Amino acid sequence: MSRLGSFSASRWGIIVTGATIGLLAPLLQRWGNPPNMGICVACFERDIAGALGLHRAAAVQYLRPEIMGFVLGAMIAALVYREFKPRAGSAPIVRFFLGMFAMIGALAFLGCPWRALLRLAGGDLNAILGLAGLTLGVGIGVQFLKAGYSLGRNNAAPAAVGWIMPAAMLGLLALAIGRPVLTEGGAIFTSASGPGSMYAPLLISLGVGLLIGFLAQRTRFCTMGSIRDVILMGDTHLISGVGALVATAIVANLALGQVRVGFAAQPVAHSAHLWNLLGMTLAGLAFVLAGGCPGRQLFLSGEGDGDAAIFVLGMISGAALSHNFGLAGRPDAIVDGVLQVGGIAPVGMWAIAIGLVACVILGFTMREQAMTVRRVAMAPAEQGE
Amino acid sequence: MDKIVVDARGLSCPQPVILARRAIREGSFPIEVLVDTVTSRDNVTRAAERLGCAVQVSEADDGFRLTLSR
Repeated sequence: MSRLGSFSASRWGIIVTGATIGLLAPLLQRWGNPPNMGICVACFERDIAGALGLHRAAAVQYLRPEIMGFVLGAMIAALVYREFKPRAGSAPIVRFFLGMFAMIGALAFLGCPWRALLRLAGGDLNAILGLAGLTLGVGIGVQFLKAGYSLGRNNAAPAAVGWIMPAAMLGLLALAIGRPVLTEGGAIFTSASGPGSMYAPLLISLGVGLLIGFLAQRTRFCTMGSIRDVILMGDTHLISGVGALVATAIVANLALGQVRVGFAAQPVAHSAHLWNLLGMTLAGLAFVLAGGCPGRQLFLSGEGDGDAAIFVLGMISGAALSHNFGLAGRPDAIVDGVLQVGGIAPVGMWAIAIGLVACVILGFTMREQAMTVRRVAMAPAEQGE
Repeated sequence: MDKIVVDARGLSCPQPVILARRAIREGSFPIEVLVDTVTSRDNVTRAAERLGCAVQVSEADDGFRLTLSR
């Protein structure tokens, strides 16, 4: 039997993972999470940045237990299946900035790829622009990959390198449970209104995060990778999981009465089409160059990948910059019965342009230095095989 | 007789797959692909099998050695 025969590496494995996310995300929304945001890795990391006071956007501050669950669930899976492997050293500073730019792009659109899929499944047609942008960004990144782009090799690292991220998540979890107020009027911040004030019960959020983290570590679920593999080599393995996610989420949303089809005034979304597209183009390009979507980076950091952890920290820093500098998307609003189309400020447009230029420069300049392919004479014993 | 050795250890996804596919296309067998994660092992195996190669996996001290033949 092929080594691929195991369930987790099979097509059914990835489909079950996608369907599980597609079912649980709408349920999390029903249980209290914001609309079309049952799960959003970018938004939830942004909320964590806010809870810690790294940005002061009052509406988006909450220590989201789903994120901690993702890392810890992946860690448990990696330990159980002996895949936990501390490693690091593949251009960490580049990964930090890729994470920052990815977040700036994602917050211009108001969501990561997961939320783009969930927004689509909730009838938010702006998600089509976001997914088109994501595909465009991934397509550009694939051209760099084909031309030899590489962030270089990582190396096996001491155990501490792999344990820091899970330990940090345990620390955040303790803060989420205890909710201490550490200074007067200060952290830990929790939104009184807005998306940050909407959340499912902590243990449910954590449990869902753990389950998804476990499954996704086993099956390597990755939204960016799903598009990349189709463009790069016509491989539909990962995208069958994404398809299962969307199909399941549509059914779940219909059953829960959470579908409203249209472009205007969708929840926590804007209908500035160009910037939905370009924001996700930047995010998609940065994800390819870093080797994974935001969810995948969390799962990798749970299995000991210190470079993926740096990308996550870059994303959290990018969220702080995004809100402190006013780069993030402003949702559509209905004021006195009149639709006010949201979008991003000119400074946000500049940030996306700078991010795209930076990513293109990295795409052209990052190359693996060490020799990877060589011709070797075979030993006589090998020839006899 | 020579073999082609592709050292993809430590490279992040999907570079091991890209390097393996490039070697397969060049058509000189056997090809030995060295990887250091289960993810890369499975991804390279799947890609090589899709291109009609037989894949033999053995454990190496710092990962896996995949021998591709056709």
